[in-house]
Amino acid sequence: METSTLTPEEQFQARIDADVRIEPKDWMPDAYRKTLIRQISQHAHSEIVGMLPEGNWITRAPSLKRKSILLAKVQDEAGHGLYLYSAAETLGASRDQMLADLHSGKAKYSSIFNYPTLSWADMGCVGWLVDGAAILNQVPLCRTSYGPYARAMVRVCKEESFHQRQGFEVMQTLCEGSAAQKEMAQESLNRWWWPTLMMFGPKDADSPNTEQSMKWRIKRFTNDELRQKFVDMMVPQAEFLGLTVPDEKVQWNEERQAYDFGEVNWDEFWAVVKGNGLCNHDRLQARVQAHEEGAWVREAALAHAAKRAARAAVAA
Amino acid sequence: MPRFMPAPQPEVSVAPTPSVAANPLFPFVLQLADTSLILAHRLSEWCGHGPILEQDLALANIALDLLGEARSYYQYAAELEGKGRTEDDLAYLRSAVEYRNPLLVEQPNGDFAHTIVRQFLFDNFHYELLKALKNGPDAQLAAIAEKSMKEATYHLKWSSEWMIRLGDGTPESRQRLDKALAVLWRYAGELTTPTPAETNLQELGLVPDYAALLPAMQAHLAHVLAEATVPMPTTPAFAQQGGKQGRHSEHLGYLLTELQYMQRTYPGLTW
Repeated sequence: METSTLTPEEQFQARIDADVRIEPKDWMPDAYRKTLIRQISQHAHSEIVGMLPEGNWITRAPSLKRKSILLAKVQDEAGHGLYLYSAAETLGASRDQMLADLHSGKAKYSSIFNYPTLSWADMGCVGWLVDGAAILNQVPLCRTSYGPYARAMVRVCKEESFHQRQGFEVMQTLCEGSAAQKEMAQESLNRWWWPTLMMFGPKDADSPNTEQSMKWRIKRFTNDELRQKFVDMMVPQAEFLGLTVPDEKVQWNEERQAYDFGEVNWDEFWAVVKGNGLCNHDRLQARVQAHEEGAWVREAALAHAAKRAARAAVAA
Repeated sequence: MPRFMPAPQPEVSVAPTPSVAANPLFPFVLQLADTSLILAHRLSEWCGHGPILEQDLALANIALDLLGEARSYYQYAAELEGKGRTEDDLAYLRSAVEYRNPLLVEQPNGDFAHTIVRQFLFDNFHYELLKALKNGPDAQLAAIAEKSMKEATYHLKWSSEWMIRLGDGTPESRQRLDKALAVLWRYAGELTTPTPAETNLQELGLVPDYAALLPAMQAHLAHVLAEATVPMPTTPAFAQQGGKQGRHSEHLGYLLTELQYMQRTYPGLTW
């Protein structure tokens, strides 16, 4: 290809089309940069806010082994947040600004974390369903066009698939347990099923960013494609566990070789996105409070580092 | 900050383990287990609420280390007891008066300065204790101590560095550190004051002589406080005692209520 005659945009798109990774110092369209910063920072925020619903059960985990696994899992999420903030920083975003946007409500995070965790079985459902949905969203991102994001996602996905297996195992233990445990598992599935389907975002027809993101290979599948994959993956798993998915319309469609399923309650979806979920206020408040109460600690660390540097300069 | 190097000290004298001596060690191993579990639990309360993401990770990391250490001790304690109880029976089905952790570790997190001072006072003892235990006569305890010491070395480095940062940071951090030290210092002495049961085990050579740990602990404390520009506390460090004998502060009951909620609500199930 005669690249010299192409505009920077055309050269950029040619690299994307050839599946060449874009790196931080490469030229990129402003809109690509902005879209990525929005997406990566939202993803980072989701990891950090996502620590809260599971963190809610660390002190009440039913055995020392479960406590240890849950704490390690939530700590992994903090680690994911850290890689993702770093990936966004390579695009020129600062962590302070990203956090300020989260705290002001300007930046979003995954709506799923605005639902409460009410029983131990929720630790199963969050791992099995929520992390399961996250993996479907994230595995394609390991091949996303922006290098630092793709590389961060490789590590994130490895850990997420472990999280999902442990969530499934929590559910399996409950389903093989007493009647009360099985009931706990079903009740939790009833609450989490629909919100998890919402994690794939609005229907393709209502998702204005999808087309451009697909073209830039930031996104590799549409929302509806991923939602269908999720249902196809999860319905047999629920059956294996002896649980019932709370959707009467779920039925295998021989012709499509896929499950038919009912319509998501989009009013609820948009209400939670707009801040009216049960936990929106509490989640954000918890983040803001941790940040504000930590301000003096961060200041002290900086002040001490400055004092040491000054003393070292005098000594030298 | 210079890496903490413990001062050389005499080897802890040990007597050979008597053949029927497994059981006398049970309450001591249980005490070690309770201590690590309760502190791990407190630290885990920070998860998701730390002052900065990197320190959220560090706090969870230390909590995980201590939880792992506690599990090793509980499993060993269950074996020593020989009554078929499991690690979970020991952790989840004992009441506050049966718990044997020192008072320091059950104290609430408070602000970050409280958490750091509590951690530092504990780490300074824990490190020296593990160093002695790993050379002790009981092979299992020595193995757990050896593994845990690698982690405790990092814990002490982390809490020492934060003591220095907060002490020699801003006026606010200094004021918070001073306050935390004034509150928590009174619990420090219990760590190295043997209970009658510990004294018996020390006489049998099964438990390290705490007096032998003190010089290195004091040297490190003096070093860190000097770097932090914080004066050595003048009030008695042994003002409060009793946790190791089951006489706890009111805080422990609430902690156990939360910790034991599932096991108490749904007895006898597998999770």
